[in-house]
Amino acid sequence: MTSNAESTSDERVKSESLVTKFMKRPELGAMGGVILVTIFFYMTADSTMFTLSGTMNFMTPAAQLGILGIAAAMLMIGGEFDLSIGSMIAFAGMIFGVLTVNFGLPLILAIPLTLGAAASVGAVNGTIVIRTGLPSFIVTLAGLFILRGVSLVGLKLFSGGSTQLRGVRDALEGDPLIEIFSGDAFESLFSYLASIGMVETFKNGASKVPGIPVEILWFILLAAVATYVLLRTPVGNWIFATGGDSNAASNSGVPVKKVKISLFMLTAMAAALVAIITVIDAGSTDARRGFMKEFEAIITAVIGGCLLTGGYGSAIGAFFGAIIFGMVTIGLTYTNFDQDWFQVFLGGMLLLAVVFNNVIRKRVTGEH
Amino acid sequence: MTNTIIHMEGIKKHFGNVIALNGVTFDVSSGECHCLLGDNGAGKSTFIKTMSGVHKPTEGTITFEGKPLSFSSPRDAMEAGIATVFQDLAMIPLMSVTRNFFMGREPTKGRGLLKRFDVDAANEICMEEMRKMGINLRAPDQAVGTLSGGERQTVAIARAVYFGAKVLILDEPTSALGVRQTSNVLSTIDRVRGQGIGVVFISHNVRHAMAVGDRFTVLNRGQTLGTAKKDEITSAELQDLMAGGQELAKLEGSLGGTI
Repeated sequence: MTSNAESTSDERVKSESLVTKFMKRPELGAMGGVILVTIFFYMTADSTMFTLSGTMNFMTPAAQLGILGIAAAMLMIGGEFDLSIGSMIAFAGMIFGVLTVNFGLPLILAIPLTLGAAASVGAVNGTIVIRTGLPSFIVTLAGLFILRGVSLVGLKLFSGGSTQLRGVRDALEGDPLIEIFSGDAFESLFSYLASIGMVETFKNGASKVPGIPVEILWFILLAAVATYVLLRTPVGNWIFATGGDSNAASNSGVPVKKVKISLFMLTAMAAALVAIITVIDAGSTDARRGFMKEFEAIITAVIGGCLLTGGYGSAIGAFFGAIIFGMVTIGLTYTNFDQDWFQVFLGGMLLLAVVFNNVIRKRVTGEH
Repeated sequence: MTNTIIHMEGIKKHFGNVIALNGVTFDVSSGECHCLLGDNGAGKSTFIKTMSGVHKPTEGTITFEGKPLSFSSPRDAMEAGIATVFQDLAMIPLMSVTRNFFMGREPTKGRGLLKRFDVDAANEICMEEMRKMGINLRAPDQAVGTLSGGERQTVAIARAVYFGAKVLILDEPTSALGVRQTSNVLSTIDRVRGQGIGVVFISHNVRHAMAVGDRFTVLNRGQTLGTAKKDEITSAELQDLMAGGQELAKLEGSLGGTI
């Protein structure tokens, strides 16, 4: 039976080369983009951009955005948007600031509470979207304003009239968990590498790069976990199915509502994680934190190959999308170009990515 | 008959003051293809939805494998072994055949945190099941969007069969297909019947029904007009019953028997 069937394979179907197979991966565009942007800056930028310290320089903002972008990509694959994640950074930052400064809680309590608060807002967003059947675009646009407003009011309340809450660093002095959420990792490794001359050093012999900023590790970890979940777990299949056609998915027994609500909670928690990392880093929080980040996260996801209509995309794509973003934002300072070109650059990238993704989608589905 | 899987007796369904079904009697045995014929608006969809647990009948009894039964949700019906392939197929074009095949019922390996979607096993099963249905996939990760309508129909049928359907309800599976694809789907139905599954084939195309049906029931204005075996009835008679008698007979005369 088997051998018989194999010999009757369809003569109209050409066998696929590795290249065409590769062409169908959603992250292809983003990977190509990274290569193009690297070539561009290699030719135009100062050579220090691609040294180790230069790389850390653009990877740090890339990581902060990427944590958001990967979560946004997963939500987008699940067929929804969240425009409130930028404001969520301010909101979670306020919660975190108040918990640590005003209430003096240690990180071991403050972090779960902050993530929990964010997750419950995400759950509310998701529930409203599902219950009302309204587009998530409009529901979370409301969230964008509400959370920003609450952050402003809350900060004034707890800081005695200012929109900034200081003193986070002092409040967390000596906290055992602080190493995981701020500063650099592998510091001893880097000073060792500096001592044997493997990495660049300052004149006094200290390594120019003190270590890997923790957000970069979070970013890589999240990309790896998200990719694993999407491609190798049943939940991943449910996310693709939910975004592809929620009706078909629920007819096939996929818990569509749970999937969507969990994804909203995930994006909110990703925003909270970014808030925690950046607030500890800055030592203060303010109401403008995370401004416009919702759009940047969506751009990251789209450059990463996500379709706006859902059901298609990848976390690895968003990972590269965030790196492109970081390179362009920081890279222009290494060139002679006016730095404000970066918005033009990003808009162009977004447009290119959307057109490119559309072509890829047609290829995948065999439309012509 | 001893091997009747599902028997529905005097099913009535009212939606407010609209009487969608007004006394439908229908049964399916294992290994047969029972065609339910009816024109648009005859109540076919309502009937399928009653059978697959979406609607509860207002009146009437359903007996499943000899026991009286009432499904409270489509999931109940699915678990009992009643699989429905609706016209929209519940397939996602952007997803691969394997991912569609196992959507909502993914095989896993490992346990705890390492419990994961067993992609290799899934791919293998999917290829094998499709091969049994006479379709050679280029690759299991081929997107469903690249398949033809007939092939998609076959994936949906293969999926239902693999997950243990005893009764397979096909909602107009051939209505949007070309000649060749139709014959593929009809031969798939024949294959499924050969495995001892009871097939409910819903159609308004008498020729397609005659090609595979063992028994025929005509639904007209929410009522069944009796069931006939294959050799007891001609397609012209079925056509007549579907149209409710007179007018079509007249029309057929002027069209020279082309309908």
